Amino acid sequence: MITLIRNSWSRLFNRKARWADKKAADGAQPFSSHTQIVEFDITPNDPLLAYLLSVSSAVDLERLKLESPALRKLKEAGVKLVVPLISQGELIGLLNLGPRRSEQDYSADDRRLLNTLAAQAAPALRVAQLARQQQAEARERERLAHEMRVARVIQQTLLPKEIPALPGWQMAAHWQPARAVSGDFYDFIQFPDGCLGIIVGDVTDKGVPAALVMATTRSVLRASAEQLVFPGVVLEQVNNTLCPDIPLNMFVTCLYALLDPVTRRLRFANAGHNLPYQRTTSHRVLELRARGMPLGLMPGMTYEEKEVELAPGDQVIFYSDGIVEAHNTGGEMFGFPRLRELLAQPTCASEMISCLVSELAAFTGPAWEQEDDVTFVSLSCEEIPPAPSMEGSAGVTDSHAREFDWPEQNVEGEWRALAEFTIASQPGNERQAMERVGEIAVNLGLSAERVERLKTAVAETTMNAMEHGNHYSPDLPVEIIVIASPAAIVVRIRDHGVDQQIVPSEEPDLDAKLAGMQSPRGWGLFLIKNMVDEMRVSSDETHHIVDLYLQLTGEAK
Amino acid sequence: MMGKTFTAHVRSQPDLAMLDLAGEINAFAEEVLNSAYAEAERLSPGRIVLNFTKVNYINSTGIALIVGLLSRANKSRHTLAVYGLSDHYREIFQITRLADFMTIYPDETSALADSLPAE
Repeated sequence: MITLIRNSWSRLFNRKARWADKKAADGAQPFSSHTQIVEFDITPNDPLLAYLLSVSSAVDLERLKLESPALRKLKEAGVKLVVPLISQGELIGLLNLGPRRSEQDYSADDRRLLNTLAAQAAPALRVAQLARQQQAEARERERLAHEMRVARVIQQTLLPKEIPALPGWQMAAHWQPARAVSGDFYDFIQFPDGCLGIIVGDVTDKGVPAALVMATTRSVLRASAEQLVFPGVVLEQVNNTLCPDIPLNMFVTCLYALLDPVTRRLRFANAGHNLPYQRTTSHRVLELRARGMPLGLMPGMTYEEKEVELAPGDQVIFYSDGIVEAHNTGGEMFGFPRLRELLAQPTCASEMISCLVSELAAFTGPAWEQEDDVTFVSLSCEEIPPAPSMEGSAGVTDSHAREFDWPEQNVEGEWRALAEFTIASQPGNERQAMERVGEIAVNLGLSAERVERLKTAVAETTMNAMEHGNHYSPDLPVEIIVIASPAAIVVRIRDHGVDQQIVPSEEPDLDAKLAGMQSPRGWGLFLIKNMVDEMRVSSDETHHIVDLYLQLTGEAK
Repeated sequence: MMGKTFTAHVRSQPDLAMLDLAGEINAFAEEVLNSAYAEAERLSPGRIVLNFTKVNYINSTGIALIVGLLSRANKSRHTLAVYGLSDHYREIFQITRLADFMTIYPDETSALADSLPAE
């Protein structure tokens, strides 16, 4: 009768001895006439281990005098003879034999036979152990790979399933994790008032830890954005929520922008994320700067909020640092200057993200092992198709008047140019502009109420042009052109500022102003937009242009 | 072209101070307006009425100045009211929500009547 104690190194060196044989544990006869496999662990410091290694042959336990718990247990189990299985100097198992059926001692021949058997069985057992270990490791690897595939699918469900469709706007996104899962994320939030929230974020580190923090951050951001209006306040609240729970040495950079697709105003706040670039129709690339610490570093942070008004044809690119910190085979970094130069190229305008992805691939080469997650979100304000020409214009020979491009459905009949004049850039001169335009509007039959509105809009726009566009330079006048159709009047006010920002940094909120949270100023653009039916802002190589549009008939706005 | 085309005078009335404004409320008006308002605050313990009857132009800077007065009034627990606004500037007071914080009267008589104790 042979009982094999199934051993492996791990079991031999487990601290806790353990019998797996139920029968033995229940006090039944430990050995039957059949071979049994009994799991038996021996602690590493048990002297029996050293002894068996030293003798390397069959040992009669009754003659063995050792202070060994394992020895005691073997004897209690009825084991009479132990044959160590040794492979490459390692004890990998024991052959344990109970008493012979003849009740005689094992003979010298028996022992030689058993020693020969052990010498042949040990390598075979070792091979079997290794094969089993490899199978277990392969199963574990497959399980981990499966879990990562599931994690990636779960993470992808946290990203927008589709790009929002906004009339007059084109958007695109690209998400390229460096590993199965990513710390980069982006999100779009559509609000009932038509505004669109755009989020781009990057968690420090990569892989699973970053992905877990990303999931939390995304949820907190969504919840805050749906409760609050101002991007800066949203980031402030998210930071305070994340700070107590985010793991040590981890943080999140994040940019949150709020687009009003009608006014084309983009309000944004930045928690330490890469500065987005605004690409204008004149191929200028501008940084959209707003200051703020990354999320999760310190509670109580405040976030600067900025606003820009995008012109038709303008594009904005949001991106993570995966592109700018990518290296080529020569160790050179992609860098911000290269990105900016690419964006300035006309060839990169139509398919901005595709262009950047292919340029990144060309830079890094085919053997590139992606160093960090790469994410892009692009936002493009569609260009307005050229307007029909203004044949039949009379009174003023103004080539610029032909540039008017109001939607055809807004006008009936042909445009007439009514006036073209300039105003010196000097404080107070806006009144000249408003009075002249007011006289023209009265002659067109505009109601007194709407004339006053137009006058206020003209005065405010002219003030902006003199102050922000021309910086009150005496050499730079503000140009004003008035045209009309039977249905509408348009006042074009042009200054010499290119890509200037005439908009205030935030929407005027009287409660906030009275509470001292906003400057008392900042009403100009608000008044203009409320006074006319439509306001459009554009620019060319040398001018900044505002068109004010008012219907001659119809209800007051 | 530039010049100070704005004046402000304070009239003391029972229980209120009347601030008669005239001309253009723009950046040039700031010093005169704030100075006159400070005097009105000294004269009235509770209510200050701005008379816009002779104001012919208010631009965005002028709106900001009025917001500044309203902020001062809130801090010193004065009540601001106005009268004499044209329809156009009444509309601007409404869209800027200034009308939510100051009563708008059509004329001086109604402004004064509202300040009298109820019989």
